[in-house]
Amino acid sequence: MTRWWQALVGAVVMASVVGLISSAEGLCADDGSEPSSADAAGASTEALIAQALVDITSDEVEVRKAAAAVLINHGDIGLIPKLDEIREAGGRAVRVAIKPVVDMLKNRANLSNESSDSRRSAASDLAMAGRVEAIPYLKQAAEKEAVWWVRYTMDESANLLELQSDDSTVQLAAVKALGELRSQNSVSKLQELIDAGTAEGATDQQRTVATAATAAMSQIESWSWWASSMETLFRGISLSSILLIMSLGLAIVFGLMGVINMAHGELMMIGAYATFVTQQCFIAWFSPDVFDWYFPIALPVAFLAAAGVGWVLEATVIRFLYGRLLETLLATWGVSLILMQAARVYFGDLTAVIAPQALRGGAQVMVGVYLPYNRLFIIGLTIICVICIYYLLFRSNLGLRVRAVTQNRNMSACLGIPTRKVDSYTFAFASGLAGVAGWALTMVGNVDPGLGQNYIVDSFMVVVTGGVGKLAGTIWASLGIGGLNKLIEPISGAVYGKVFILVGVILFLQWRPQGLFAAKGRSADA
Amino acid sequence: MPESIRPPYDSRETLAFYLTAALFLVVLPLLNVLPSEDSWLHLSDFRLNQFGKFLCFAILALGLDLTWGYCGVLSLGQGVFFGFGAYCMGMYLTMQIGSESVYGSDLPDFMVWTQVKELPWFWVPFKNFGAGLVGALVVPMVFATIFGFLAFRSRIKGVYFAILTQALAFAAWLVFNRNETRLGGTNGLTDFKQILGFRLTDVSTQRALYILTVVALIGAFLLCRWIVASRAGKVLIAIRDSESRVTFSGYTPWVFKLFVFVVAAGLAGLSGLLYVPQVGIITPAQIGVLPSLEVVIWVAVGGRGTLIGAVLGAVVVNYGRSVLTNYFPEAWPFILGGLFVVVVTMFPDGLVGLIRRFFSGKSPARGLAVQKAQGGS
Repeated sequence: MTRWWQALVGAVVMASVVGLISSAEGLCADDGSEPSSADAAGASTEALIAQALVDITSDEVEVRKAAAAVLINHGDIGLIPKLDEIREAGGRAVRVAIKPVVDMLKNRANLSNESSDSRRSAASDLAMAGRVEAIPYLKQAAEKEAVWWVRYTMDESANLLELQSDDSTVQLAAVKALGELRSQNSVSKLQELIDAGTAEGATDQQRTVATAATAAMSQIESWSWWASSMETLFRGISLSSILLIMSLGLAIVFGLMGVINMAHGELMMIGAYATFVTQQCFIAWFSPDVFDWYFPIALPVAFLAAAGVGWVLEATVIRFLYGRLLETLLATWGVSLILMQAARVYFGDLTAVIAPQALRGGAQVMVGVYLPYNRLFIIGLTIICVICIYYLLFRSNLGLRVRAVTQNRNMSACLGIPTRKVDSYTFAFASGLAGVAGWALTMVGNVDPGLGQNYIVDSFMVVVTGGVGKLAGTIWASLGIGGLNKLIEPISGAVYGKVFILVGVILFLQWRPQGLFAAKGRSADA
Repeated sequence: MPESIRPPYDSRETLAFYLTAALFLVVLPLLNVLPSEDSWLHLSDFRLNQFGKFLCFAILALGLDLTWGYCGVLSLGQGVFFGFGAYCMGMYLTMQIGSESVYGSDLPDFMVWTQVKELPWFWVPFKNFGAGLVGALVVPMVFATIFGFLAFRSRIKGVYFAILTQALAFAAWLVFNRNETRLGGTNGLTDFKQILGFRLTDVSTQRALYILTVVALIGAFLLCRWIVASRAGKVLIAIRDSESRVTFSGYTPWVFKLFVFVVAAGLAGLSGLLYVPQVGIITPAQIGVLPSLEVVIWVAVGGRGTLIGAVLGAVVVNYGRSVLTNYFPEAWPFILGGLFVVVVTMFPDGLVGLIRRFFSGKSPARGLAVQKAQGGS
């Protein structure tokens, strides 16, 4: 055992010495505060580390600190097992002394990890720990880094650490660099520098740094305004896409069939539960390697489940109520109560779907703007759905028949269109769309029996604002309502945001009583 | 009055109404007071109080029947007006708690929890009973006037109106749930002690409140029947059946619609006003989307466009609920949902329609469902 350790430590020390020597020039030039660089020379490093490993268990605080500093400066990842061993054996004081050493060495090693996420989090951890010794490593890693966002974090961390320097030229350069980087994380540190520079009895150097910091701050602030507007815009589009994908099916049955489907939200809930059940089947029957495939498989499952329920609903309830809007509203509300309670009794209150690997995380498109993949996915899906619906309604035979039945049911029947079939297909298709919406919504929220209720009021507002039976109206209305909601939410809070939207819609209908895209002519006053 | 338009009530139904009124006003309280507690005739205090609650709901349902059954305006937000009335009365009752509250402070308990130091301005008038009473009636009516004016004047009708009122109920529920509106948040207002110096826990106070409720219900019923039988009532029915034709005949439909909507809101406020002291609590859960929709199902079950059906529906559905939730707590939403579907598709005339058919042996000519209820307008 001992032999094995000795060999390892020896090899590690050799490697670190080689590394140190190769970067020695950079070290000295970059950071004047690099402690005891003289000690680093030659083969004495090995002895130093060996000594430090002994010293770190010392009873005296100062000795422990010095040993930790030596280890941080000269050690590397290979020391970790040895340190862990010491940590386990030692008392609390030793553990406290070793903790920063281990963190430092691990993070430093992680700077060249394969995963870009761990490289990035290592870089930001190093900056958080505030250990200036990490600067050269960060700079080195940044030079080799290929992913811009990771490189950015490394640069940012290095400069944040350099702010601690005593040398005002280094500080100035760091302040300028942070300003150029638009670093959001440096705001509090820069503010400290500004406060120090403007306080009574500040030195000239502090004042110069403060001036530079003020300039950097204004750069950062104007950028962060842009970034937050970009994020608001994205959030608005994201909410709009969610509203739109929910409203599409609703708009089709409302506009084309004259049916208010209050159970639409529950059809979405069925889609979401279908996704959940598919996931459970994958967990139960298939190997974890193919687990992520459950999600694409769940799409047709969700569509068919919701379409099936919709088809039954149309055949048993709705078809008796055509032409009586208010009655369809009440009857489908009853259906929605039944479906909701059934889900509550069968599935319980709260379940969630695990997102597939590809939809976790997000893309950092620019400093301060982070786009989660699941939101991007819903936006994409909504666009695809809209295109599909457009083609189906306006470029296909089925769509032609649906529109014919909408315009004049009796005439269509005379011309040989099976109106009953068209009705039930249209309703089943719209229900299937609700299922797809539910499938997508599992990526942004829990699956629970109240899923449909949370959104149904909003999607009806979209349909009413857009005007009945107009696809374009639904699209514009969801963009408007979603965007407006996210725009006023930061000012008013989510609850009053909804209230404002309601007031807005009522006032809007004063101006356009039939919605954005009103039906004209004879059919206008049905 | 042309012969072809018959009044919406006949002598037999009037007789039935007075008999029912006498039953609720005289017989039930007497059964509560006179027989000894173990007699089978005895009506327990709990049951009497429960009937009081149902009759409050009946007032609420009357208002909806007036707008929906007679004017074709389906409001899915009656719970909001009910809530305004109930909260106004609840605020008065809360102020009456005074130093009997848990924390012994002059402020309501929930304000003590939420660190409110001073009584908010809109609470101040409710130290006075008159303000609670007037507020409970006027606040919903004023609100209904504003909302109705905006909606009806721009010719928002049918489903559009229904959806907007539903959104209104949703928004009101959200707002009443907030703590910073200083209305007790999710917990609402409760723990009332006294009204006008009478203890709410006393049986006699509850009995008096019950009798007041019955009187109010009879008053509300007569008011509605008077409106329906008047010339304006004829216009209301005409609007329900064909709004465009009424417009072309030179009437201004939105004024009539606004009128019934405001009356209905006032009735909802009255209902809330009587509900709170009897039930002893008002929370946002009672004014949201679902409670508002339940009012619709009461009216539909009873038979819309009949007035008496609204009362019948409210009592029957709520009684059924109180019995069934006792035995099958999980089944109630299924039953409620099933009622919606079955009544709407198969019994559009509700209970009153069934009863009328039974007595006359004719098809229900005066019911609403046979009207060509087109496009919800």
